[in-house]
Amino acid sequence: MSKVANERSVIHPYHRHPAGSQPPRVYEQYRSTPPRNPSKPLIFLPHTLSEITGPVYGHDPIGETDNDLTRQHATAPLGERIIVTGRVLDDNGRPVPNTLIEIWQANAAGRYQHHRDQHPAPLDPNFSGAGRTLTDENGNYRFISIKPGAYPWFNHYNAWRPAHIHFSVFGRAFLSRLITQMYFPGDPLFAHDPVYQSVPDEKARQRMIAKFDLETTQPQWALGFRFDIVLRGPDATPFE
Amino acid sequence: MEHVPTPSQTAGPYLHIGLTNTHSITQIAAPGILGERVRLKCRVVDVEGAPLHDAMIEIWQADANGHYNHPDDVRASETDSRFYGFGRAATDESGACEFETIRPGNVPGPDNSSQAPHLNVAIFARGILLQLHTRIYFAGDPANDSDPVLALVPADRRDTLMARADPKHPGSWWFDIHLRGDQETVFFDV
Repeated sequence: MSKVANERSVIHPYHRHPAGSQPPRVYEQYRSTPPRNPSKPLIFLPHTLSEITGPVYGHDPIGETDNDLTRQHATAPLGERIIVTGRVLDDNGRPVPNTLIEIWQANAAGRYQHHRDQHPAPLDPNFSGAGRTLTDENGNYRFISIKPGAYPWFNHYNAWRPAHIHFSVFGRAFLSRLITQMYFPGDPLFAHDPVYQSVPDEKARQRMIAKFDLETTQPQWALGFRFDIVLRGPDATPFE
Repeated sequence: MEHVPTPSQTAGPYLHIGLTNTHSITQIAAPGILGERVRLKCRVVDVEGAPLHDAMIEIWQADANGHYNHPDDVRASETDSRFYGFGRAATDESGACEFETIRPGNVPGPDNSSQAPHLNVAIFARGILLQLHTRIYFAGDPANDSDPVLALVPADRRDTLMARADPKHPGSWWFDIHLRGDQETVFFDV
């Protein structure tokens, strides 16, 4: 790809998504997608300074228990304690340092702390289900939480979402912004879940599944999972 | 390219828990930041015209001089350190949300062109598996006529990218996002 020079900056376009690696806009089996996504083709946008920049400064400060969802209340929440850790990299394999990661999830019974969630499963007064952290200089992050439960939804008869944690990551550019879901290995609901199945490529789908990791696991305390996240990266090394 | 990016998934109907209950940013530019004040009201509707009460809009914009507060903009050091250029808000029961900001300046475009003042927009919601990207321009801005991105959009659809001044409230602008249908907003493949 060519570099576009202008008065201020040299623009290195970012890589486009490889075919099959991202879900389509409309996935019929996920019934909310057709009414909420365009029918006309998207307009291909060559990257300008507007796309390759993004919010890297100015996020609210991170609180001491923001990355530990088990210590945000008087008592520990119910559920299996877990450690979720990993690295944020760009697609060139470079770590993404100091970037904000936000997570949210259901409690161990599969209920969200949200007024619109009417699933008849108990709320846990000791679990809010939200966390945030910054990656370190090598792109590493770490959360402590409890394993979320599966829960029913209304997409189709007897529809259940596999257990998952929502992840929101910023990266360096507005176009590298990613919101995804982290799943747990071996979940029997994968085969029946249109959100998970919406990603066409099987290998790409599996990148959303955390790996159980005995080294991360702490004896007599918590199970450990590794979840690495890859964001879109620039086509060439930026000039220093 | 050594790695394939992680797939996107929907933010779902409960995105507020992690993103906007305690960390929404509706004031992109505080009073005193250089630039023409803009009160921007956005509204998101689906193919039936029904409002989305569970969407989130994120905005990224340059300052009044057209500089982004970002290390890849070589004039970022000239931006006011109190101006980050980022906002986000959840839509309410009427599908609407509101931002307080300033009209950005012209931003450099390809081949020494200049992009008209615009805000970069990403939309997240239940039913949206991969965020939708669009742009907000200001109706009536003479720079729109030479904007290189608007030039890529069929002429009869450019109106969908224009915020409209509210004649009753000077400084207030409306931007409607039609996710699908006859009035479908232009979305970009970024």
